[in-house]
Amino acid sequence: MALAKHAGIEQRIWHYAFLIICTLIFLFLIFPILVIIPLAFNAEPYFTFTEKMLTLNPDGYSLRWFHDLLGDADWRRSIGNSFFIAICSATIATGLGTIAALGLHRKEMPAKGLIMALLISPMIVPLIISAAALFSFYARVQLTNTFFGVILSHVVLGIPFVIITVTASLSGFDQSLIRASQSMGANQTRTFFKIIMPLLLPGVISGALFAFITSLDEVVLVNFLASAEQRTMPVKMFSGLRENISPTILALAVILVAISVALLLVLEGIRRRNEKLRGMSPS
Amino acid sequence: MTTASNTQSTLVTKEGKSLKEAITQANKAARNRALLLVMPLLIFLILTFVMPIIYMLIQAASNEEIPNYLPNTVEAIASWDESQSANGLPDEAVYAAMHKDLVAGRENRTIGKAAGVINRSVPGTRGQLIKSAKKAKKMEPPFKEALIADNPKWAELPFWRFIQRESGAFTINYFLKAVDRAYDKEGNIVQAKESNRVYLKIFLRTIIMSILITGMCVLLAYPVAYLLSISSVKKANLLMILVLLPFWTSLLVRTSAWMVLLGQQGVINETLIAIGLIDDSSRLSLIYNATGTFIAMVHILLPFMILPLYSVMKTINPSYLRAATSMGSHPFRAWWKVYFPLTLPGMAAGVILVFILAIGYYITPALLGGAEGIFISNLIADNMKGTTANFKIAMALASILLIGVLLLYWVFNKLVGVDRLKFG
Repeated sequence: MALAKHAGIEQRIWHYAFLIICTLIFLFLIFPILVIIPLAFNAEPYFTFTEKMLTLNPDGYSLRWFHDLLGDADWRRSIGNSFFIAICSATIATGLGTIAALGLHRKEMPAKGLIMALLISPMIVPLIISAAALFSFYARVQLTNTFFGVILSHVVLGIPFVIITVTASLSGFDQSLIRASQSMGANQTRTFFKIIMPLLLPGVISGALFAFITSLDEVVLVNFLASAEQRTMPVKMFSGLRENISPTILALAVILVAISVALLLVLEGIRRRNEKLRGMSPS
Repeated sequence: MTTASNTQSTLVTKEGKSLKEAITQANKAARNRALLLVMPLLIFLILTFVMPIIYMLIQAASNEEIPNYLPNTVEAIASWDESQSANGLPDEAVYAAMHKDLVAGRENRTIGKAAGVINRSVPGTRGQLIKSAKKAKKMEPPFKEALIADNPKWAELPFWRFIQRESGAFTINYFLKAVDRAYDKEGNIVQAKESNRVYLKIFLRTIIMSILITGMCVLLAYPVAYLLSISSVKKANLLMILVLLPFWTSLLVRTSAWMVLLGQQGVINETLIAIGLIDDSSRLSLIYNATGTFIAMVHILLPFMILPLYSVMKTINPSYLRAATSMGSHPFRAWWKVYFPLTLPGMAAGVILVFILAIGYYITPALLGGAEGIFISNLIADNMKGTTANFKIAMALASILLIGVLLLYWVFNKLVGVDRLKFG
């Protein structure tokens, strides 16, 4: 944003004050995430920058916390559990959610608003309430302390994300493409795979990624629904943080930040490809 | 040509059906196809999510203990009316039923549990029940006299009032406890003893903190969203990463980052000491209190405010503001009268969303809140597991919170529409 050449002194002051305030807010947003990255490489078991770190002495840094993390069988198992649960639940949520979004998008769909509100509700209901409800009900039907129960609960959490992303990509969908395809002799199946699918895919992939990361990060439901056997990485991290925060947890945090960055890049790539595909200029 | 006049009045398809009928049929088929696609997910969600929620609401209000332990008494006492008899006590039939329950309770060893439950609400009745149950087998009718002779407490009204009140299939007992209310001896609903008042205070704190957090988010999100909306697309996309990265970073990672920053030996305290602003003895206590919860939750929820505000600001035509100032309005007045009202829909969306998310927060207050920074969710969790757990209270608290959240969700849906939620 450029300041007009004829701007008065008062306007100039406002302008720079505004930019400074915005910079500070951006720093507030990003600084906490950045600050833990060097601390995870701290050679000492402290949460502050040691003198060696500040003088950029290589001795001040080490990978010992990462070795601790990955060398520990218990941590490894919980990381494995997390990925297993996240992949299973994201797959189911994406399948069910995509099909439902295709139906919801049709204009003949009755009670659309109500059904939409219901499908999004797992995102709105506080996790602790879902946990209390699922815990009492799943215990009744003997689903607590099983992988199946945990996966079911994470499918529920992932569904709103899939519904939102897929309906969003459907809403920008040009219906005449389907008619064009059919008028040229393609049958329904061929139209679906050749026209609908490629255009829908970005929304489906984003939904799947959101569902995956939601499950990977979820603490509350697993904490109440799972036994030690199904314990996931965030639950172990949560109990670790409650007792005493160790640098090992920061090492895990850094790995998780790396996963988020990768996810963000993939989503950005999908967004750009999608815009190109629809004939818009990539912004 | 009789057929021609016929087709003019009712159009007919190739198969000979009337057109109106054929269209209705086709519409119905299309409707069913749409429903068929949604059905699997709908059924799945009802089984795995909606039913548990309804089950919890019913469980929170259902009354199992007294009807289970004293089935005969519960049946007999239904017709008791205090004002009908001289001294107000139930008649022989109720005492006989109680006698039957005492004998049965002693045989299947449930009397201890029943005494525990009743004793919690009518103190001093544990011994009365257990001791009389021991002697019950040898008692002779009439049981009213026999029981009262054994222990004069059997002639006390509060006990019978409690039994009658708790004999239905449903009870509001746990809901009363959840809002710090209790029955007095006469059966009136009064404020609970001061030492038992825990929940209302935390409910209030949760609401006040959520309002403060939401307010702070508005203050911080507004300038950022504005900057994003007036920047060039390229720059806005770049700045957006600064908003989206924290948005998609694990909640636990962000919370642990704040633990590292705010702790007694944390980065902020150490830095302030190193530059000489505070001394070692006067470290700021930023963590394990309401301050810690506040700072971290503002950070975590800020993107939820920025995104809806930005999406609304993006659509506001900058020439409106220019028009206002060119006609002689002071820039601030122009902003307040023209720009600000146009951003209200985005602000409403963000405010409700952040508030809904804030009042249900659990993880961050649990880790950073200490004793005075916890939210109602933390009390729900404490009542679900652990030594002092009372699952019924947890469910009652959760039900109250759920009703509040659903009301807000309904308002959100009316104002904004859930179908307009987007990420990034």
